[in-house]
Amino acid sequence: MGNRIKVTVNGSVHEAEVEPRLLLVHFIREVLGLTGTHVGCDTTNCGACTVIMGGRAVKSCTVFAVQADGREVMTVEGLARDGQLHPIQEGFYEKHGLQCGFCTPGMMMSAYALLQRTPHPSEGEIRWGISGNLCRCTGYVNIVEAVKYAAEKLGSAPAVGGERRSS
Amino acid sequence: MIPDKFEYVAAKTVPEAIGFLQRYRSDAKLLAGGHSLIPLMKLRLAAPRYLVDLNRISDLAYIKETDGSLRVGALTRHADLETSDLIRARYPLMADTAKVIADPLVRNMGTIGGSLAHADPAGDWGAAMLAAKSQVIVTGPRGKRTVPIDEFFVDTFTTVLQPDEILTEILVPQPRPGSGGAYLKLERKVGDFAIAAVGTQLVLDRKGAIEDVGIGLCNVGPSSLRARRAEAALRGTKADDAAFAKAAQLAAEECNPAGDLRGPADYKRDVVRVLTVRALRLAVQRAKGGA
Repeated sequence: MGNRIKVTVNGSVHEAEVEPRLLLVHFIREVLGLTGTHVGCDTTNCGACTVIMGGRAVKSCTVFAVQADGREVMTVEGLARDGQLHPIQEGFYEKHGLQCGFCTPGMMMSAYALLQRTPHPSEGEIRWGISGNLCRCTGYVNIVEAVKYAAEKLGSAPAVGGERRSS
Repeated sequence: MIPDKFEYVAAKTVPEAIGFLQRYRSDAKLLAGGHSLIPLMKLRLAAPRYLVDLNRISDLAYIKETDGSLRVGALTRHADLETSDLIRARYPLMADTAKVIADPLVRNMGTIGGSLAHADPAGDWGAAMLAAKSQVIVTGPRGKRTVPIDEFFVDTFTTVLQPDEILTEILVPQPRPGSGGAYLKLERKVGDFAIAAVGTQLVLDRKGAIEDVGIGLCNVGPSSLRARRAEAALRGTKADDAAFAKAAQLAAEECNPAGDLRGPADYKRDVVRVLTVRALRLAVQRAKGGA
């Protein structure tokens, strides 16, 4: 029953034999041990499991691992480089963009996808960009501030962090 | 939540996918965006023995105009329709629709063909494609057939697709001069299905009267609905608020919503009435070159 897959996650190639019904989020967390990606609602609503696949932010609880065969995936662990926080992470830290932190990895991956496509987003575009990610603590205000911070930092110093990494 | 066991096959071409369907028949389900199917599988409301993945077929995702039609490949993602310059410039009904489906993450995966073939009365494309008077191309072992959208939906989650057929393309008539469209949706929050939504596509004649109009209604009946009486009342009339109000009243009467957690039936009828007026106003404004 096993299907052999080869997935590039945060730049490293991983090969594994998986059951077709294994969800991508479980592959990431349980097979690869990358537990930064969270399982929240498990029903395609909350976005806590958001990762970048083929350059697009997707809910990894609603993708089978076999669908990622031959593709590139980026998780929250792929943001920091050489021990240096990515500007998005720095923004969440500086602007207090989290309280309990459960939604944060997904929120940051959606922010990453947004800033790749729209490097200088308006507040409305930021809110639109994270509208698939639910936060039950912050009321979103500081999350929006965090993304603004990241956009400014990325705009002024394009070489900092892992933002040039293609995914 | 873990789906029941299944075998996974990835088709590289449409004929190969049809071959799998011929072999596995109703034991198989097609996987496009998967954002309706996979949740159903996780809830064990669906438990196909074989999953035929269409995502490795390279030539099923496109948006292009040829021979008087907009042709959209069935595997085109909602996000691609949302961000397409061609759709934004020439098909405002579709641009409006794409951007209110679920949320941005879902739109990155979900496909127009998958949405139509799933035939959920809450699916936005059903109502929009009725308004646009589109056709779908269905491909099977005996070749292709063209199905007008009015004949495509049979009932809730049921279409005319045979077990060995695949919806491969959507054809939308190119807008003539004087055309405008709009899609308006009321939802409790981003990501929810519509309380109700209304799509319209119309064309004005040289005197500014409504020459032809399509109106599709979302989530107010057992399937996507065409507001036939509202359309008939508008055809040939002046495009003014009095005509819109009369048509909207008819649309509210001819839909068939069920009361549920999104509100009682008479509330939803009123939402249809209000959205119909607003959608018609916006479509006419666009037809005249505004908005």
